[in-house]
Amino acid sequence: MKKTLLNITVNDETFELYIKPKKLLVEVLRDELGLTGTKRGCNTGACGACTVLLNGVTVKSCSVLAVQAEGAEVTTVEHLADGAKLSALQLSFLDQGAYQCGFCTSGMLMSATALLNEEPKPTREDIKEGIHGNICRCTGYNSIIRAIEAVAEGKYREKR
Amino acid sequence: MKKKYTVIDTPVHNIDGIAKVTGRAKYTFDVTLPNMLHGKILRSPHPHAKILNIDTSKAEALNGVKAVVTGKDTLGVKQGIWRRYKELCDEEILARSKVRYIGEPVAAVAAVDEDTAEEALDLIEVEYELLQGVFEPLEAIKEGAPQLHEHAERNINVTRHIEWGDVEKGFKKADYVREDWFRCSSQAHVCMETHGAVASFIPEGKLTVWTSTQSHYYIQVLLAGVLDLKENDIRVISRYTGGGFGSKFELDSAQFCSSLLSMKLCKPVKIILTREEEFMATKRRTPMFYYVRAGVKKDGTFLAKEARVFTEGGAYTAMGATALYLTGFFQTFPYVWPSYRYDGYRVYTNTAPTSAMRGFGAPQATFTAETQIDLIADELGIDPIEIRRKNGMYPGYEVPGQAYIQSCGLSQCLDKIEDWVKSRGKLPPNRGIGIAAYGFMSGGIFNWFDTPYAFSSALVQVNIDGKVDLYIGSQDMGQGSNTTMAMICAEELGVHVEDIRLHMGDTDKCPVDLGAWGSRETLMQGNAVKRAAAEAKRQIMEFAVAKMAPNIVYDLDIKDRWVHLIARPERGLSYYDVVKEAIRGKDGQPIIARGHYTPHRKGMISPAYSFGVQAVEAEVEPETGKITLKHCATAHDCGQVINPLGVKGQLEGAIAMAAGYGFTEDLPMDEGKILNPNLVDYKLLRATEMPETEVVEVETYEPEGPFGAKEAGEGLTNPTAGALSNAVYHATGVSIKDLPITPEKVLEALREKNEKKEK
Repeated sequence: MKKTLLNITVNDETFELYIKPKKLLVEVLRDELGLTGTKRGCNTGACGACTVLLNGVTVKSCSVLAVQAEGAEVTTVEHLADGAKLSALQLSFLDQGAYQCGFCTSGMLMSATALLNEEPKPTREDIKEGIHGNICRCTGYNSIIRAIEAVAEGKYREKR
Repeated sequence: MKKKYTVIDTPVHNIDGIAKVTGRAKYTFDVTLPNMLHGKILRSPHPHAKILNIDTSKAEALNGVKAVVTGKDTLGVKQGIWRRYKELCDEEILARSKVRYIGEPVAAVAAVDEDTAEEALDLIEVEYELLQGVFEPLEAIKEGAPQLHEHAERNINVTRHIEWGDVEKGFKKADYVREDWFRCSSQAHVCMETHGAVASFIPEGKLTVWTSTQSHYYIQVLLAGVLDLKENDIRVISRYTGGGFGSKFELDSAQFCSSLLSMKLCKPVKIILTREEEFMATKRRTPMFYYVRAGVKKDGTFLAKEARVFTEGGAYTAMGATALYLTGFFQTFPYVWPSYRYDGYRVYTNTAPTSAMRGFGAPQATFTAETQIDLIADELGIDPIEIRRKNGMYPGYEVPGQAYIQSCGLSQCLDKIEDWVKSRGKLPPNRGIGIAAYGFMSGGIFNWFDTPYAFSSALVQVNIDGKVDLYIGSQDMGQGSNTTMAMICAEELGVHVEDIRLHMGDTDKCPVDLGAWGSRETLMQGNAVKRAAAEAKRQIMEFAVAKMAPNIVYDLDIKDRWVHLIARPERGLSYYDVVKEAIRGKDGQPIIARGHYTPHRKGMISPAYSFGVQAVEAEVEPETGKITLKHCATAHDCGQVINPLGVKGQLEGAIAMAAGYGFTEDLPMDEGKILNPNLVDYKLLRATEMPETEVVEVETYEPEGPFGAKEAGEGLTNPTAGALSNAVYHATGVSIKDLPITPEKVLEALREKNEKKEK
C-alpha cells in the first residue's frame, strides 16, 4: 500500500509523517509518535479508551483515519499537564480516586476536559452524559463524576 | 479524638496515581521492543470437532510471516491451574487433536505487523471432522450426550459435597419449607486492557514475558510447565495491569503463543487479544442452575437447607472447581444454618470455559439465598431485616467443619441499613427497596496450585538516606494493593508513604506471592509486609536503644520518622539519624528484613471473613418492565480500613459490576457461539445508569489481619443482584429467579401475576 504524507499537529508540535492511508489516528499517535497514553479498548468506538481532542472536540481515535486529521490539531492526555504541574482535572482525579486500573483514565480525562471547556458549569446529568461514551469497569463512575464536579465548582481554581 | 494511626485510616492518593492520570503508566499493551514481531491466533470456528490436518504452508509463504506454530510445535502438555490434581489439568493451549469450544486456539502466527499476521491466519487450512456438540449442563449430564473428554463420563468434571448437621431432622422440625429453582447467568470480565503478552527469548536460555496478569508467579510456573523450562529461567514482568477481576491468573493464549513463537525465532513477539477474542475465548463467570430448599420455624429461625447446583463448566476445568466449592460454602453465608447439605456438579459443555470472576461463586450463592430469604420472610410476615438479624453469624461462630469466624460486624451492618431504609420514608409507587446480606473470604487457604512457597513474602531494605525499598510479589491490577502495601509498611516502620520505594510486578526482583485473587492481598501480603517492616524496625531500634540508653524497662517505637520512648514521646531521635548510624554500625550494610505469611490452623477456606448488608432502591416501570437503580446503600465490615479512598472505590466499582450482573449483562449463545462479543451489544453499566451510592464503614478488628484489616473489594460484588431482585419484588410483587432481571422477564412475570389475579 502506497504511503501518503500527513501533516498533523499533536500537542502543539507539528509533524510530517509518511503513513499508510488505512492507519487509524490511534495507531499513528501510539506507534508513530510513541504517545502511548492514549489506549485502545475495543477498536469499534464503543469504549472510549482512545478518546482524544481533534480541534478541541472529542473523537474516538480508533474510529478516525489518521488522514482525516490532516492539518488538524490533536490533543492527547500527555498534554494535560504543564511539566510537573497537573491540570485541575488530573489533581481532582487523584483526590477522588477517580481511576483504578487506569486504562480508561486517559480517555475519561479527555472527555471531561472537553466537557468543561464547552460547559464550565455542568449539571450532574451533563457530566454523566459527557462521559457516557467512556466505559470504566473499575470505579463505577461516581468518583469520576465527583472529580469533574469538584473542578466545575472551582475547587482547583487557585492551582490552575 | 487523636488518631490511632499516622498513615493508615487516612485517605491517600494511589501511589501509581500520577503515572495513571498523565498517561505515563506503561501497560503490556504499550510495550515495544526493538525487532519486535506481532502475533495473531487462529481459533476454532466449531464448538466440537476433531482436527484431522493443519496445513500452514501457504501462510508460511506469505511475505512478512516469520513463523507459524500449531499443536505439533508444543509438548502436548495438558495444563491447568489446579496442579495438585492431574485429572483437572485438561487444557492444551494449542489444540492438537480436538477442539471443544468456539474460539479455542489451534495455531499462531508471528509476522512483521498485525495486518500481515491477520492475513496469514486466513491462509492456514485446518481440516475438521465436525462432532455433535452439547451446550447446556442439564443436557450434557444425560446418558448418551456427546462426551467432551474421554475421562469424564456424562461430562461430569468435578463434584463437590458439603454437609453438616442432621438435614432430614431439620426439615421435619420445620414449620415452613420452600424450594426454588434459580438460573444464574454468565458474565464477562471486560477488563479494559485485553489479555496480552510480549515474549522475548534469548538463545542463552532465558525467556522474558511482559504480560497483563493478576499473578506473575503463577504465569511463571505455568509457562515453565508447558515449555519445559526451569521456573527461574522465565522472567515475568507486569508493572501495570489494566483490570483483572479474576480473568488474569490462569495461563492464557497470548502468553503461551507469544512465548512459543519467540522461542522459535529468538525475537520478541507481541500478542494482544482483540475485544472479540476477549469475549469469545477468555474465561467468564460460571452460569449455574441452582436448586435451594430451606426449612424454617414459624418465627423465622433457620433450621435446614439443601442446595444442588449444576454449573455450565465449558470445555475445560480452569478455576471452575473452586467456584463450585465456594458457591456451596457461601450459600449459607452470612447465617447460622444448623444443618446443611450441598451437592455441586460441574459439567463440561462445548462452550468457552467458565472460571473465576470477582466473587468466585459467591454472587450466585448470595443472589439465590437472599432472594429466597425475602420470599420466606414475606410468607411468614417477618421483616426482611429481622429475619436476617435473627439468624446472622456472630463473632466466634464456627461453620461446622469448615471455617471459624473471628471478627463479624454483621449485626452492626444490619442496624445501619435499617436506619437507612427508615430514612427513605414512604416510597412512591412502583419503587421498592431490597436488601441482601453477604460475607466473603480474605484470601484462600486451599492450595490447589501446590506451591511449595509461603503464600506471601516481602522484603524490606532501609537505605542510608532513610528511604525504604519494599519488594512485594502481589499484583496491583487497579484494586490499589500497591498503595495498601506501602501504607502498611510505612505505618509499621514509623515513616511516611513517600519514604517507600515499591518494587513489584517482576519475578526476577520480587519474592513470591500467589497473586491478586480470592481477596487475599490485604490480609496475606499485608501480613508479610507488616512482619518484614517490624523486623526492620527492630533492627533500627537496637541501635536507638544503644544510643539513648534508656531504663531497660522502657519500650521504644518509631512514629512519624521519630524514634522515641513510648512512655515519653518527646524523648527521641530522628529516624534518619538513627538509620545512618545503624548502617554504619553494621559495617555499611543496609538494614534488610524479610516477612512471610502462610495461614495455619485457620480452617479450610480462609483466615478471615468480611461482612456487609446492602440496600438497593429501584423503580420499575409497570408498562415496560424497565428497571432504574436509584440508590444503593452499603454497610460494610472490612475490619480496620487501610486506605479509605481505596475502599470507597472498590465499593462503588463492585456495585457497577454486580448491578450489571443483576440486570443488564449476559452472554447469550447459539450452539456455543456468543451472540454479543462486542461492547455495543454487551451491556455493561455506563455513567448515566449508576445509582447514587452511600457507604457506611462498620469497623471491627480482625485478629488475623494486618492492623485488624480484612478483604474490602471482592465480597462487595456478592449482594447487589440479590438486593436488586428483592427491590423488584417489593416494587412489583414478582420475584425473578433468572438472571439477568431484564424488562422482558419482569413484564412476563407481571402478566402471569395479573392473569392469576383475574382467574
